[in-house]
Parts: sequence; C-alpha cells; structure tokens
Amino acid sequence: MNPGESNAVITGIGQSQVGRRLMRSGLDLTAEAALAAIGHAGLSVEDIDGLSSWPGKLADNPGMSPVSVSEVKEALELRLNWFNAGMETAGQLGGVFNAIMAVATGQARHVLCYRTLIESSIQGMARRGASHGSLDTRLGDHLQYLIPYGPSASNWTGVFAQRYCHDHGLTREQLGQVAVTLRANARKNPVAVYQEPLTLEDYLAARMISTPLCLYDCDVPIDGATAIIVSARDACGGLANPPLTVEAFSGAHRERDSWYQRPDLTTMAAHDAGAALWQRTRLTPADVDIAQVYDGFSIYVPMWLNALQLVAAKDTGAFLAEGGHSLAGRLPINTGGGQLSAGRLHGFGHLHEACVQLWGLGGERQVNTHLEVAAVGVGGGPLGGCMLLSRHN
Amino acid sequence: MEQPRILPLVTEDNAYFWTSGQHGELHILRCRSCGHYIHEYSPLCPRCRGREIAPEAVSGRAVVASFTINHQPWLPGMQVPYVYAIVELAEQEGLRLTTNIVNCDPGEVAIGDPVTVAFQHYDDVWLPVFERVGP
Repeated sequence: MNPGESNAVITGIGQSQVGRRLMRSGLDLTAEAALAAIGHAGLSVEDIDGLSSWPGKLADNPGMSPVSVSEVKEALELRLNWFNAGMETAGQLGGVFNAIMAVATGQARHVLCYRTLIESSIQGMARRGASHGSLDTRLGDHLQYLIPYGPSASNWTGVFAQRYCHDHGLTREQLGQVAVTLRANARKNPVAVYQEPLTLEDYLAARMISTPLCLYDCDVPIDGATAIIVSARDACGGLANPPLTVEAFSGAHRERDSWYQRPDLTTMAAHDAGAALWQRTRLTPADVDIAQVYDGFSIYVPMWLNALQLVAAKDTGAFLAEGGHSLAGRLPINTGGGQLSAGRLHGFGHLHEACVQLWGLGGERQVNTHLEVAAVGVGGGPLGGCMLLSRHN
Repeated sequence: MEQPRILPLVTEDNAYFWTSGQHGELHILRCRSCGHYIHEYSPLCPRCRGREIAPEAVSGRAVVASFTINHQPWLPGMQVPYVYAIVELAEQEGLRLTTNIVNCDPGEVAIGDPVTVAFQHYDDVWLPVFERVGP
C-alpha cells in the first residue's frame, strides 16, 4: 500500500432508491444515501467533518448534477473542516480522490462523498435526446469541435470502439458478452433497473445506435444517489465495518485532453491512470480479485481491463467470449450489473459495488467471501481515474 | 434538405477555422517559429511555446483514422444514417479533426480511406466535412 493514500480507508456506503422517473428531488435522494452511509459506517451526522462531490451542481444540466455541497451542508447542518466539488479533475472519482487526500493530510476525519443524478426524471420532463445543447444554442471550447458533427457521446465513443475492433479484432459477439453478462449480474441485484433476461441473440438483433454500438451497448439514465464515507485510518477504530484500505489511486493524464487527439485511439485517459496506479503499490494485477469498471458504453469495459493491465488487448476478445468477466469467471466485473443494467450512477456505483463485494454484502451476486482486492476504474475518453481497494490493514 | 446541426459560436479566436471555407480553403493554425500545426485554437505553440502563430491554408487531404455510422436521430429532422469520423490531415502526423464523411454510402467508409475536404454553409459557419477520394 502507498504510504500516502493508505492513510485513507472507506468505512461506510449508502445508496438511495434508484429507478426511472422517481420524481424525487436530488437533495432528497442525496440525504437518503448520505444518512444510509453514515449509519452503515457506525457514525453519526455530527462525526462528518468533510464533504466532497463531483462535478458540483450544474445549474444548466440539473439531471446530471442537481445538488451542491452547500445544499447538503445546510440540509444536514454539517460542521465542516474541509469541502470540495468540481469537474476539472480525473473523472467522476475525482471527488473521492480529493477526499482521500483530505483525510491523509489531516484536513478532515470523515468525509461524506456523494454523487447524485436525476437524469431520468429531467429527461422525462424535457424529452431531450442530444447529449448537449439544442439547435438554438451555440458552442465553445472543446465541444464546438464534436457536437456540430455528432451530438451524442455514442458518436464520440463509437469511433474509439470502431478503431478498437479494427486494431484488436474484437467482434460484436465478443463485445456483446459485456451486456449479456452484466444483465445476468443485474438479475441477482434487487435494485438493478433492468431485470429482464438478455441473450446474445437479443443483443445482436438490437437496433444500432452508432456502429459498432447498439442499444444494449449504451447505459441507462436513472435517478439515484450514492454516498461513500472516506475516513482517516486513525479515526476508524470501533466503527461498524472492517475498514477498506485505499491501496492506491491515480488520475494521471499524460496525452491530449481530447475526445479525438489521443495518438492511440484504442486507449483513453484511463490508460495513463492505470499505468500510474501500479507505480504506487506493491500489489500487482494478478492480485486483483474483482474489477468494477466504467461502462457508460460497453466498449469502455475492454478498454478499462486493458488500461488496468488486467487483460491484454490482444486477449480481450477471447477473455470475454469465455466469460472470464462473469461472476464465476477468472475476473468478475461489474458484479451488480454496472451502468448498462443497474443504471447510470456515474462511477460512484462502481465504487459502491466494490465495497459491497469486499464486505461480503452482495447476497445472491456475492462472488465469494474471500475477496481481498478490488480494482475500480471510472471515466471515458479524456476522463479517467482508478483506485485499488483491499481488506488488508 | 440541410442536416440540422448545433453550431459553434464564431469568435475572433476560432473564425479562421469555421469561416475559411467561404473561400474553399481549410485553415489550420501554424507556428511560424517551428512549423508545428496546432488544433484546436491556442494562443501559443504547445511544442516550442512560440507566440508567432497564424492560420495557414492546408491541402484538405486526409485519411480516416476512425469513424462510426450513427443511426439514431438525436435532433429534430436529423437525417440518418450519417458518418461521424476522425480524420488525420496529410500535413502532420496526429493532426486530426472530427468531421462527417458525406456524399457516399456510409457502409463504404473504412479506416484508412483517403478523403478530401468540402464545406457545408450554415449561417456564419462553413463546416469542414470530408468526401471519399476515388472509387
């Protein structure tokens, strides 16, 4: 474990009701998740002295991020020593990484980290289809070069997928095993949004969205909140759960900050973070028991497995075809169904599920009770951050 | 019928890129000190940190680095399928644009295809798009 981040541990997790068009406010969902996590950790609200989120409240995109840290502070009357929220960091887990550094440097003892989305309710009200903007808006910054030509993230990601399949020989049948396996996992997760069976035949017959990505390669927007308690190691005595050690994290980003300028289009920011991760720990990829990796689109799963050096690019198609990623496989991934079938909790769901498995709380989907190390990788394109969690102390 | 698009906001900084098509040319920023082509807009050269940079006409020739055929109509009136692509300009390794490959059967597009620039005019914007070259 790294002497810096291993001063941080995860002591509790919580999740709100998760579903489609719940028509509950973001703050209501956030409070539900936060109080669940605080209770799960064996803490009281008064113990929380840090607060962190990603990406911060987005006034012009309320489905994506409806709740500010200020609103949570006020709602729970938190007395804070440290707080943080912002988008310009290493992907969705950036808010957690900042919390890890806050407890490791003594700025806070117990940081409540949260991520809340109400995309399903907002989309249901507005019926908007494009990822960003509308025909009466004009674009600046990086998006001006993307959206005029393709207004959906499925386009920006489709070009990665096409190039990956071209260079590494990944077939639709092999990629389809991601969606099929994650649906099987979701069927063992009572709070997953999609519970109907999904076969490879269903997958191959589904309508195409942006080649080679079909409907089942795209995740599902939901309403829901996730909360994670990051604590200082020396503050976790006597709490409810054995603390989970943050062995290492990385948000390294070394190539162009762009959806189309990275030299190798079969890689993402994830690959920089993944490479740097292993320089911060004595653990090796062979020590990883399970992986929870970002699946906003299915293609990110093979890319993250490569980025974290868990499966080589040339072996990825065979690994998926053989079910290496299934609950009974060599390296179970997205054991709760991931974003493809359990819903877009936007990275925090992956971290939550890693903790569920390490604490043996997975019920019917629990891989086994001897898990020691989980890898978590979150983000797509120019966003990427990853961490290693363990039961080692 | 014109494809509906969400357009860039033309500013002093990016006008060279979005309006040079009115004269049938594609303009890309170039560093006068070291010759490096720069995309997207920046006030300095990321290679030599030089500040003498100016737009310059390029050949418009490129190769398809990757593409995707979009089937979902994301905007009202959108014509599908369309091809969203990343093309690499002939002038410099790694000098890439996002674009659409137009005036062809989307099913014919392949990675490595040579393409050449064309322009679609909307309001104050001349969007660089690309067409396949040869058979």
